Amino acid sequence: MAMLEVKNLEVYYGVIQAIKGISFEVNEGEVIALIGANGAGKTTTLHTVSGLLTPKSGQVIFEGEDITKVPAHRIVSMGMAHVPEGRRVFAQLSVYENLKMGAYTRKDRQEIEESLRSVYKRFPRLEERKNQLAGTLSGGEQQMLAMGRALMSKPKLLLLDEPSMGLSPIFVNEIFDIIRSVSESGMTVLLVEQNAKKALSIADRAYVLETGNIVLDGPAKNLLEDDSIKKAYLGE
Amino acid sequence: MSFISYLINGLSLGSVYAIIALGYTMVYGIAKMLNFAHGDVIMIGAYVAFIGMSQAGVSPVIAVAAAIIVCTLLGIVIERVAYKPLRNASSSLAVLITAIGVSYLLQNTALLVFGANTQTFPSVVSWGGITLADGAMNISGVTIVTIVVCLVIMAVLITFVQKSKPGQAMRAVSEDKGAAQLMGINVNATIALTFAIGSALAAVAGVLLCSAYPSLTPYTGAMPGIKAFVAAVFGGIGSIPGAFIGGLLLGVIEILGRAYTMSQLADALVFAVLIIVLLVKPTGLLGKKIQEKV
Repeated sequence: MAMLEVKNLEVYYGVIQAIKGISFEVNEGEVIALIGANGAGKTTTLHTVSGLLTPKSGQVIFEGEDITKVPAHRIVSMGMAHVPEGRRVFAQLSVYENLKMGAYTRKDRQEIEESLRSVYKRFPRLEERKNQLAGTLSGGEQQMLAMGRALMSKPKLLLLDEPSMGLSPIFVNEIFDIIRSVSESGMTVLLVEQNAKKALSIADRAYVLETGNIVLDGPAKNLLEDDSIKKAYLGE
Repeated sequence: MSFISYLINGLSLGSVYAIIALGYTMVYGIAKMLNFAHGDVIMIGAYVAFIGMSQAGVSPVIAVAAAIIVCTLLGIVIERVAYKPLRNASSSLAVLITAIGVSYLLQNTALLVFGANTQTFPSVVSWGGITLADGAMNISGVTIVTIVVCLVIMAVLITFVQKSKPGQAMRAVSEDKGAAQLMGINVNATIALTFAIGSALAAVAGVLLCSAYPSLTPYTGAMPGIKAFVAAVFGGIGSIPGAFIGGLLLGVIEILGRAYTMSQLADALVFAVLIIVLLVKPTGLLGKKIQEKV
């Protein structure tokens, strides 16, 4: 059984249909990339999976449970964490407070401390700046904070929306190294990226979205070699 | 001597403004709306306490508790029925106009239920206060209790927002509703809680205000409501310490203005100060500059 199953999802903004009946699945331990151009519906898909948007029809099934109509705040404690586009860290709160906010749904104090230590271990820069206001961090550091904050909820599935957006090439590489290492530690990842080359380089499988439809899917390696992908998304 | 006694009276009136302003500022900080019906919740709280003491004959403590409970529920109902459906409205004017509508609804309902006659509010504080400087200066019990209550509320509220879990949720929601949801925070419940706290404080303010200035009519809440709004803006809307400082300053300015200039000028003075502050510092005394996200 897949960890996440999305079936015939249709999402509307008012009268405009953004997602036109897509289906895909994410198995435990996989890194799945959703790639596509601006406006293809990648972010909308993630928002629907994590409950920020409710689809007009179709289903989202997480670990065998239908969560299509479950509000976002209740999905978090079921084991899904969503790192939104543009990081959305709490700028007026300190780095430490942001991380604590990530553990909002958890009650096990000692284990929260343990998670905090492991986040600091993964992102030493966050520990160095733990008392700094999140708004004063650089873009790359904010991305690390957003990911660390998501990890604080102890998720089984991590949704990442455009983690490389607006970052310098050095930070892009660093962020992708982190995603890889998070995945190697056993995390299942659903990654939305415009940087198709980078995304495909770390993904197991990928789905290509075009104006609300999945037009292609398969193992990431094969897609990297696919001529139409090369032409449309890899700039080759 | 008289200056000190004016100052203390100003701080006491300012404490009432501060308690009301807290409701304005918290609701603004979290729901990003101006709840212009907030002043009228004060009036409802005062009427509940008045009826409890004068007609039902219960003790002041029970009357105040009843006022707090009624106002808390009223605040939650107003938010749920009038404001929540408009939360995603395209224009923020919609909810502002609705708030003004709710204000009139409360005033006119009070007119219908309690009548237009001015009622004399019995003070909830029976303590006569203290006399200083061989009888030259008398500070009334209500004045002292009001200041103390305001200080206690401030301390509790700041600790609550900084330390408690619901307080943390409030801070997160006030910054970014969407991100707060992704942390597992129930945004609707957090906004409802904010209205509940603000309205409970309005009940306390109503009782204290009417204990010091005992005439109660359906319009009693309107002017203090507007002045507390001024206090909130003055201190920097959205900031809890700002509401406190803004409220106190406003009360002192009003009382000193009344004492040393013409008493008819006092209100004009209050608003003149607001205009000057906003010209010099548009975000208010403690207001944060809002950073535009790129």
